[in-house]
Amino acid sequence: MIAIIDYGVGNLFSLKSSFDAIGANTTVTSDAEVIKAADKILLPGVGAFGDAAEKLRNSGLDKVIIAEAKKGKPLLGICLGMQLLFEKSFEYGEHEGLGLIPGEIRPISDVIPNELKIPHIGWNALEINGEKNAIFKHINNGDHVYFVHSYYAKTNSENVIATAEYGAALTAAAACENVYGCQFHPEKSGKVGLNILKAFCEV
Amino acid sequence: MITKRIIPCLDVKNGRVVKGVNFEGLSDVSSPIELAKYYSENGADELVFYDITASAEGRKLFTDILTETASKVFIPLTVGGGINTLDDFDRVLKCGADKVSVNSGAIRNPSLVYEAAKRYGDQCVVLSADVKRVDGTFRVFAKGGRENTGMEALGWIKQCVDNGAGEVVLNSIDTDGVKQGFDLEMLEAVSNIVSVPVIASGGAGCINDFITLFKTLPKVDAGLAASIFHFGEVQISDLKAEMAAAGIPTRKD
Repeated sequence: MIAIIDYGVGNLFSLKSSFDAIGANTTVTSDAEVIKAADKILLPGVGAFGDAAEKLRNSGLDKVIIAEAKKGKPLLGICLGMQLLFEKSFEYGEHEGLGLIPGEIRPISDVIPNELKIPHIGWNALEINGEKNAIFKHINNGDHVYFVHSYYAKTNSENVIATAEYGAALTAAAACENVYGCQFHPEKSGKVGLNILKAFCEV
Repeated sequence: MITKRIIPCLDVKNGRVVKGVNFEGLSDVSSPIELAKYYSENGADELVFYDITASAEGRKLFTDILTETASKVFIPLTVGGGINTLDDFDRVLKCGADKVSVNSGAIRNPSLVYEAAKRYGDQCVVLSADVKRVDGTFRVFAKGGRENTGMEALGWIKQCVDNGAGEVVLNSIDTDGVKQGFDLEMLEAVSNIVSVPVIASGGAGCINDFITLFKTLPKVDAGLAASIFHFGEVQISDLKAEMAAAGIPTRKD
């Protein structure tokens, strides 16, 4: 069973439906015991980093997620959920993240030319970095996925498993051992997205 | 590189797609769910559901259909029609919409865009503007294009974007239904004053109209149409193949 963490940030309907579509068993939960009993953890998120990080801390689920991930349980963060996996973010101030992947969250305006629109919104191609990570097992280099974000993860190149070209090579997905993150929305990325979720179910 | 999006728009009334359709392999031609699945499997990059129901009963039916569609179609879904309050945003977002399109609601209540963007984020709020030339000036029309508000369109659109609208659907009443191509002049004027994605609507009659749109105005991000897709005059898979062949960044499935 995959625990989809519900900490009051965003709507989890599409995410749960996309796992249903590939026949995966999920539970939307904020219960620490359910998360501990799960085989895998999914950390969703939309909105602002500071607010989401605070909600996660106030619920006490931050410690549960960190402990489970450190035991080796596969964890996938999506969009803001991916950004929360990093050490800190500079979105409206400076906020601490879960620190499971080294690196920090910075505005994409730091690295892209002025004439490009922000947010980076729409379908963009994944450029897979080096050897294909396990979560890309069922997709190909160059496949398109759906992005909506104004901040990106600045991290060591060995943690970057795919980038998307938008005036700069933005981190599209990152991984550090059993911890994975997708900046894009696999639950909104058609067949390619479902194939990424399927591969996560299989890790 | 971000690809140019092709977006079919489905007008839904009392739980059915209003404009008639006839596709091979589609068992129920006016089922919004069947049609949404068909489009998403044939290359649509995003879908717009437009609720043109007037009754409360029809509205309930619409949200049921939206919920079922969102549980089966995994591409971005924008919902419009009858969005007047934050409660309306809440209602459709809970059913699985990703973005909410406001039109007359933003004209009646000038703070709606700002309030919605603050609560749900700019990326969630789409301004849909019906614009028509009146005495050589672009004017905003309300009530499905029937009523001239007298407001100058470019200033109004800019103001909504400044208030937090994350995308603009520009529907030219002058070219809508004419099938002689998009309103390039109006689209260029709007693209030059906003920094958010602009979606062209009104006037597409054939594949070439989309190619001309994206080649002439690289700043336009997407093309939206309804009947030419519903009647099968343009197959989205053919359109995407021709766009790619013309060197326009296009998503492949």
